[in-house]
Amino acid sequence: MDGEELTAQETALYDRQIRVWGVDAQKRLSKAQILVSGLNGTSVEFCKNIVLAGVGSLTLMDDRLVTEDALQANFLIPRDETVYSGRSLSELCCESLRDFNPMVRVLAEKGDLAQCEIDFLDKFDVVVVTGCSLKTKIEINEKCPCSTVSFDGLQMLALKKSDGTAECHLSYPRLEDAILIPWRNLPRKVSKLYFAMRVIEKFELSEGRNPGELSNFDLPAVLKLRKELCDAQSLNESHVPETLLERILVAGPMLYPPVCPILGGILGQEVIKAISGKGDPLKNFFYFDAADGKGVIEDISNPSSI
Amino acid sequence: MGFIERNIIPHMQIDMDTIEVSNLNRQFLFRQSHVGQSKAKVARDAVLRFMPQICITPYHANVKDPEFNVDFFKKFNVILNGLDNLDARRHVNRLCLAAEVPLVESGTTGFLGQVTVHIKGRTECYECQPKPTPKTYPVCTITSTPLKFVHCIVWAKDLLFAKLFGDRNQENDLFVHTGDGSDSGKPTDDIFERGLDEVPVQYGRKIYDHVFGYNIEVALANEETWKNRRRPRPIFLGDVLPEKLILQNGNLEKNCLTEDLSLSAMSSLGLNNPQEIWSLAENSRLFLEALRLFIERRGKDIGSLTFDKDDQLAVEFVTAAANIRASSFGIPLHSLFDAKGIAGNIVHAVATTNAIIAGLIVIEAIKVLEADFQNCRMTYCLEHPCQKMLLMPIEPFEANKSCYVCSETPLLLEVNTQTSTLRDFVDKIVKNKLGMSFPLIMQGATLIFEGGDDLEEDVAANYALNLDKVVVLTALPAPVTSGSMLTVEDLQQELSCHINIKHRSLLIVASKTFSTCNVASSKPQEKGQNLILRTSEVIQDNKRIGLMGQAGYQAVSWNQSRKSMAVTGSEPSGTRRSAFPAALRALEFLDKFVHKLHSWSQLRIALCREEFDEEKEPDRMVLLGWTTRGKESQGVSNGDNTTAAIPAAPEAINKSEEVEVAAEISRTKRKLSEMSETTEDQETFQILPDTDANNSMGPQEVEDNDYDDDLMVLDGNPEASKKRRLVIDRSQLISTSCSNDSRLRCVHSREVARTIEMLLTSEVVDSTSIVRANDSTATTWEVLHIVEFLEGPRDVIVFGIIGLLAIVSEII
Repeated sequence: MDGEELTAQETALYDRQIRVWGVDAQKRLSKAQILVSGLNGTSVEFCKNIVLAGVGSLTLMDDRLVTEDALQANFLIPRDETVYSGRSLSELCCESLRDFNPMVRVLAEKGDLAQCEIDFLDKFDVVVVTGCSLKTKIEINEKCPCSTVSFDGLQMLALKKSDGTAECHLSYPRLEDAILIPWRNLPRKVSKLYFAMRVIEKFELSEGRNPGELSNFDLPAVLKLRKELCDAQSLNESHVPETLLERILVAGPMLYPPVCPILGGILGQEVIKAISGKGDPLKNFFYFDAADGKGVIEDISNPSSI
Repeated sequence: MGFIERNIIPHMQIDMDTIEVSNLNRQFLFRQSHVGQSKAKVARDAVLRFMPQICITPYHANVKDPEFNVDFFKKFNVILNGLDNLDARRHVNRLCLAAEVPLVESGTTGFLGQVTVHIKGRTECYECQPKPTPKTYPVCTITSTPLKFVHCIVWAKDLLFAKLFGDRNQENDLFVHTGDGSDSGKPTDDIFERGLDEVPVQYGRKIYDHVFGYNIEVALANEETWKNRRRPRPIFLGDVLPEKLILQNGNLEKNCLTEDLSLSAMSSLGLNNPQEIWSLAENSRLFLEALRLFIERRGKDIGSLTFDKDDQLAVEFVTAAANIRASSFGIPLHSLFDAKGIAGNIVHAVATTNAIIAGLIVIEAIKVLEADFQNCRMTYCLEHPCQKMLLMPIEPFEANKSCYVCSETPLLLEVNTQTSTLRDFVDKIVKNKLGMSFPLIMQGATLIFEGGDDLEEDVAANYALNLDKVVVLTALPAPVTSGSMLTVEDLQQELSCHINIKHRSLLIVASKTFSTCNVASSKPQEKGQNLILRTSEVIQDNKRIGLMGQAGYQAVSWNQSRKSMAVTGSEPSGTRRSAFPAALRALEFLDKFVHKLHSWSQLRIALCREEFDEEKEPDRMVLLGWTTRGKESQGVSNGDNTTAAIPAAPEAINKSEEVEVAAEISRTKRKLSEMSETTEDQETFQILPDTDANNSMGPQEVEDNDYDDDLMVLDGNPEASKKRRLVIDRSQLISTSCSNDSRLRCVHSREVARTIEMLLTSEVVDSTSIVRANDSTATTWEVLHIVEFLEGPRDVIVFGIIGLLAIVSEII
């Protein structure tokens, strides 16, 4: 690959990973621009991973203030209230992340991703989204330039104790196209989590809830929705077990801490693959359930449309 | 390593390492400003910053220190291992077993990782599956016949570097040539002394010409060595660099005020890119410059240096020397970056895999703390999905009933008790294989050896005497012979195990009895007790034997007192399958040859394998009884973070294990080779123990088309799955009874099958017992059947017989 050589400092710092993916991949990484919208336990793990790996720049968007929950899940926030009070998550995480690797530019951007223009998104090689509605994700996916490999949507739910399940979606087909694929056209043995997440997503959308804003009380309504969707898609309801839906509802927005580094690690890995060109990123949904320990990849794409 | 007590308070961590720059890409608790500080202490401070309420006690210490004894371990509810070497992992495993504390073991390499839970009485322990120990190479491959770049690196690092800069009193094999005695006997040590008025560049040139030029010329003189090998090219400095450049090389002065460890010859030569593969001339300049810098700038270190991958100048010197040697032997050259990885056994590591594994460790630790043992899993983190899974959980394996660490099962050691010494046993077996630090060795109630720092002086001296006097096992005060049982203990690890000793010398592969008529002997000339005939001499003696020379026979030895003659032979490399037909030719040869020798009435000729195969059993001892289960396969690399992780293929996990073993092994092998693409040269995948080697033969045998048919004959059982089973049983039979890897396979008739079985179960014998065992002539004649069958190599395939030995002895 053309371009300047790595400096001696970079060679020393990145020695162990250059042995994994080579010098050229490292050079490509150092030119990549990444945007992360939504800072929770998993996305900060992701941020940490790619900052350590040595990307070119990382831009953070999350204007929320620090809450007790955020403190529990986010190890980038300083514990000192006088430091964090009144400041946004993106500012605080930005400061901590700079410290991780002085060679990476880390920036905080104000605003809401949903309102961002194409011109703004165009600057980035990868956009990682978390904690927003399906509608926003589909919109972002729409706006992101097709020429860049983009992870159009990332939705994560890291659930309560021994119920940790999570979804992370990296799409080659557009997110909207992927989730519109009729269920009966999907390969057999698709993870039950895929269907469960679609039901939950639909429920949140129709009720106007924020992601994860759920509780056990929603179970009857969710079960009703399950029946409607399954009937419409001619899928046996056993593919979306009630116990699974219940676990997701009970967990609500809570994160099961050990799941965060796992998802943040997988996501970081896939983004690095995409940027560095070293290996193909997985296609295109990833599920991890701490209850059975399986980390499963589902290829949800319509063979005819790709 | 971390220790967590109930409710995760307090929590202790032990680490003897200090922080290095190359850690920062993944160990996110550390910053540039922490380089050089204790990992345990910095990590504690960093964690307290985001979790101020917990209590952490850091120990900047080696976990093998005696203070971390069983009582210390008993204070914790779970132990989390994040170790970087086999030795420490085994040590912690033993202490966890003794303290009955669950252990969560983990490791990563590149994109692969693995988390395992070991709970005494519920799961296997860390050592239930033998782990590959660091690869060792046969001495002569390193000193005389390197084939791969790694051999050149080992030569440059362990021999040349150690010779020039290390402890001069250390034994050094730098000038061992193929054991043919062609060494000139010249005191080569003098070469390495630098004269008082000798300027570094002169000295460097002398060393260069000696090791890359003169020594290669000497080695070339031994035609025998190069018969089936590519001949190396001697390299003299004057042929590589113009005189002007040699002199100029020593006069560069750019390294003025750099510190010891960053002193660099490549930068003073203007070689900036460590990824680039430098030419022979550039490597030669680097060699001279690095040597000069060592002498001029680091003179005080010379005599006490050991190779360190973080020592820039040492890496440069080793890279240059290895490349020059590689060039001489026609091996592709490598960049400094690659050479450093090989020389330092550097393990690939990225932040993401570490994060994933850390999360999995915590998930398992929480299950352990909640006593939710049924749900504990062993999890593999894969690079490519397997059955759609990137994170693959597997139920923990049951304990291996023959594990010497967590069960009482004794081990079996096959060793030539008449030639092996106590030191061999202590170093190669007790310390290296069994991983004991302070062993106590007893035979019955007699103490044979005790290791440790706190011994009485005279006691220690006594043991040292036994160790150093090169006493063979049978000559110890309490003689160790075949059938002896030794007890080996390590009090710190609270581990005790028994080892049954089995004497092993020669192994009969086949034998044949001859009647001879009285023929005048043309007795070969004698040389001491044993007579060595070179192949060429044999050819001179009898034209027919020329054929034998081509088949690779190297020496015929004649033992006057025992009236036996031995022909040792080796096949040209790459002709494994034809090894046995060559053995047959040896028989043929002996048939003719013995007539000329003596007037014996009857002779038996036996084809034997040499007692130990230098390639596969360089220790010249084989430890058995601690076998790998087929269903699990672990490829393990050494060094930095690693236990990882060749996942067992999942189909095999669910199905009947026996049926799938062979297929699974082949799959694993494939994966291993894919995965190790980058590491292959590095040899981080080490030689598997003998039993593993048996298994890895599996796929080749299964791929053989004739195999099933042959087995049907063997077993008479048409059922496919049973057949497969037999394959495995047979390989076990072979590995245990022959305890060697002469895999006799695929025979054609029931009768011959029985013969082979008899052969396989035959005891290990030496040349004298061959004579004694002559009453079972039936066996002999059945062996002849085999020999006849050997005519059709399609029907009989013999693996692994490389070194052959034919013994002829008179039947009394």
